[in-house]
Amino acid sequence: MSKQQQHWEKTRGLLFVTLAIWFVFSIGIFFFGAEMQESNIRPFGYPLTYWFTCQGSLGIFVILIFWFAGRQEKIDEEFGYSEKEDD
Amino acid sequence: MFKGKFIDNLPKIYGTYTGGFLVFIILMAIAEQAGMSAKLIGIFFVAFTVLIYALIGYLSRTLQVDAYYVAGRQVPTVFNGMATAADWMSGASFVAMAGGIYFKGYGYMALLVGWTGGYVLVASLLAPYLRKFGCYTVPDFIGTRYGGNAARLCAVLVLTVASFTYVTAQINATGTIASVALDIPFGIAVYVGLASILMCSMLGGMRAVTWTQVAQYIVLIIAYLLPVFWISNKLGAGVFPHFMLADEVARIAELESQFGLGTVKNSAADLATVPKGLAGITKAHSDVNTTPWKFISLAVCMMAGTASLPHVMMRYFTTPSVKSARRSVGWSLFFIFLLYSSAPMLATLSKLSLMDPNLATGIIGKSIADVQALDWYQNWNQANLMFVSDFNGNGTLELNEFFMGGKAVVLATPEIAGLPYVISGLVAAGGMAAAMSTADGLVLAIANALSHDLYYKIIDPKAETAKRLIVARVLLVVIGFAGATIAALEIQGILGSVIWAFDFAMSGLFFPLVLGVWWKRANAQGAVAGMLLGLASGTAYLIWVRTGGAGFWGVTQLTFGIVGSLVSLVSMVVVSLITKAPDAATQRMVDEVRVPSGKTVLGKQH
Repeated sequence: MSKQQQHWEKTRGLLFVTLAIWFVFSIGIFFFGAEMQESNIRPFGYPLTYWFTCQGSLGIFVILIFWFAGRQEKIDEEFGYSEKEDD
Repeated sequence: MFKGKFIDNLPKIYGTYTGGFLVFIILMAIAEQAGMSAKLIGIFFVAFTVLIYALIGYLSRTLQVDAYYVAGRQVPTVFNGMATAADWMSGASFVAMAGGIYFKGYGYMALLVGWTGGYVLVASLLAPYLRKFGCYTVPDFIGTRYGGNAARLCAVLVLTVASFTYVTAQINATGTIASVALDIPFGIAVYVGLASILMCSMLGGMRAVTWTQVAQYIVLIIAYLLPVFWISNKLGAGVFPHFMLADEVARIAELESQFGLGTVKNSAADLATVPKGLAGITKAHSDVNTTPWKFISLAVCMMAGTASLPHVMMRYFTTPSVKSARRSVGWSLFFIFLLYSSAPMLATLSKLSLMDPNLATGIIGKSIADVQALDWYQNWNQANLMFVSDFNGNGTLELNEFFMGGKAVVLATPEIAGLPYVISGLVAAGGMAAAMSTADGLVLAIANALSHDLYYKIIDPKAETAKRLIVARVLLVVIGFAGATIAALEIQGILGSVIWAFDFAMSGLFFPLVLGVWWKRANAQGAVAGMLLGLASGTAYLIWVRTGGAGFWGVTQLTFGIVGSLVSLVSMVVVSLITKAPDAATQRMVDEVRVPSGKTVLGKQH
């Protein structure tokens, strides 16, 4: 496999992990909205589903994007594809 | 004061600007104490901020193609994040969102999740690759990746339909705020709003829009957060509302059952006397409805729509590198998060200050005559945003006898909670900034697509730079006027048109964009079929449901993008597979897009 194919393979792998996490917190958990609301886990005292919709999922997305960007930069570096500054 | 290039001094320049704006707020507060009228404060706030944006727009004028279309590709990561946040957060986010949460609760919060989750798709599927491509506009990518004018033209069509639906709503919002703050009729205020929008974008294109959007973000975030923190402290709910309102949420649930929410229903005859557009509280504040699909389908549409809306995507064409495009998406979402996570807090505080009889501001349970004598009630009743009526004739205001417009939650809560008027003026300036920045991005997206893709790439490829830029500016004005004319007709509410715009964009562009990067086998015929059939089927479904059709799979007029994008995906894959695979040059181009380093696929100037 060429260098470029390996790079793309890894990039795709990262994409699937990222999208899986995204799916859980944007779609997955809301299938169980009613059940989660009754849960005893109450972040900052808020009911769980309420908290996810107004803070939790939103905050997780922010962290997820920065994490994704960092991992992708590592992959690019590994294959010598990272950009020079001030390209 | 500022040595060296503008770009190197950005933190200093915008730091000074923020400081200057805070000083302006303090001056206004002093003027209010000295007896300046509320009307005049409102005028000062809106006029002062709009003039600053116009000045930035003028200073950023340019005669260069790459500065006009992509701000010279030198917008630093964090500043591009701020500009995108302003570009993204429209009048709907600023003025309507907290109101929607106030009235509709959980179901409405699907928009919060959808409008943020979409950025994960932008960062991972599209933005870095389109930046590497080096295109000026979204149809520029479609046209070059798939080859041929047909694909380019279809992309221009979808872009125009989606963005135009969106922009009329934003011009409408600038008109509403300008008419309230400057006290002029709506029909004229719409054109005042339009003039301010064009001043920011006409001379400098993307460069001017970028630097005004950063300035607008600073105004709108101060205008949103300051009242939230102030009210929270004033009510004694806690210094940091985002982490400390759990007791208040619980208290609202207690009050809701005490006031008979859901058990006392208004008769149809009583409701007919309520002015149009106003609503009472009918859903419990933190209740979760038990139909997950409704929530999820709306969130999915907003997420895919986010990743297909051209005015957001083109912001990531302006960063210096692919790496900074990726990081910039994270910053964008961070800046958006600051406002979105505050909207539910504002809704909670607003509801509590109206409902809780232990607070001085609470009106439920008071005598109707007392409420009608309140200053703020009279103001907002006159503005047609508030209404009370003694349906049961007991002389006391019940929960089901109080009605409010969605906009009032953001616009009126500072006044209800007893904050000085200067805050209301600030909020008006913030709303104006939010609507203007989005309108600017959208008008520019449409005008750029028409001038670059339709005029330069298809009609007259030999046009000189000067001529191209004149055409771009003329189109900008024409589209602005067309938008303002339709906005003045007030066909659909702000929020409804915004949601439709997402569905249109998702129906036509989501899969052609994503597969353009992630599926080498996708070809021009497939893309054209995907765009046209997706847009057509989505539109057909919308018309069918609007004219009384039953719909299927629980897809409503707000989520028709699900139908459109599925048709788009299937037709794109099928047509691509039964026609010839793209040639070797195109395949190489896709390979090149997938590697971040090296030259962009399209030249610096094209």
